[in-house]
Amino acid sequence: MHKMWWKILGSVLVLYATIAGFLATVPELPILHETIRNLYFHVPMWFAMIVLFSISVFYSIKVLRSNNPLDDIKAVESVNTGIVFGILGIVTGSVWAKFTWGQAWSFDVKQNFAAIALLLYFAYLVLRNAIDEEQKRAKISAIYNIFAYPMMVVLLFVLPRLQDSLHPGNGGNPGFNSYDLDSRMRMVFYPACLGWIIIGYWIYTLLFRLRSIDKNSAL
Amino acid sequence: MKKISTTLLLVLAAVQLFAQTATAPDSLYASDKIYVVVICAGIILLGLIIFLFSIDRRLKKIEKKSSGKI
Repeated sequence: MHKMWWKILGSVLVLYATIAGFLATVPELPILHETIRNLYFHVPMWFAMIVLFSISVFYSIKVLRSNNPLDDIKAVESVNTGIVFGILGIVTGSVWAKFTWGQAWSFDVKQNFAAIALLLYFAYLVLRNAIDEEQKRAKISAIYNIFAYPMMVVLLFVLPRLQDSLHPGNGGNPGFNSYDLDSRMRMVFYPACLGWIIIGYWIYTLLFRLRSIDKNSAL
Repeated sequence: MKKISTTLLLVLAAVQLFAQTATAPDSLYASDKIYVVVICAGIILLGLIIFLFSIDRRLKKIEKKSSGKI
């Protein structure tokens, strides 16, 4: 029980954010109307993905120094979990776009670059599977991951800002927080982000434990 | 426990205040049927979380077994 407190915290936060996400009042906005509630569901997916990819790059750097195969497993399993959250983010994003921008995929820069960022991490997994020797695989994929991470950050947060985009916070559009993320929404939005990050981390630990048992039994 | 549950119930009574908006709400909210959706989404999420806890427990059992073997 003493080690479980953060799992319970994450569960409670996510449940709270979902229920309050439907029921709490939101500011009235043009075009968006009630779909602004998607902010509590769509955005935390991306935050969880970024935290998981950050964990991955941390262990990729570590594995280069330690040569510990467990660090390599940590790096790959956090990418596996992060990709799931990224796919959920991009799918919820296009559903939201369908009803506010008119098209599910309008080839908006933010959408395109988000898709490319995900492809970068698909390539990471493909690269891993292409190398049979364990030590070599750990090293090469760690180096790839260290390059992929800043690319992902640039694709998601820098390049969309330099061009015209419909996405809030990009292409001269202000982010939600500057004019309509009022304090009522913050009360739901921040717990939602924290909760989903914790749930994402939890799933990553499950996958890591599973893989390390698998490795132990193979020895 | 009784005190806590009564407090919780009284706190929940205030939730109804959120429903009173000054302007006309969107159609989804106008009929008050949104609560049905909230209950469903909450049940699904709760179910998934309980599932996650059960996977965690099963994994812990296997971990214990495999650590005893080595």
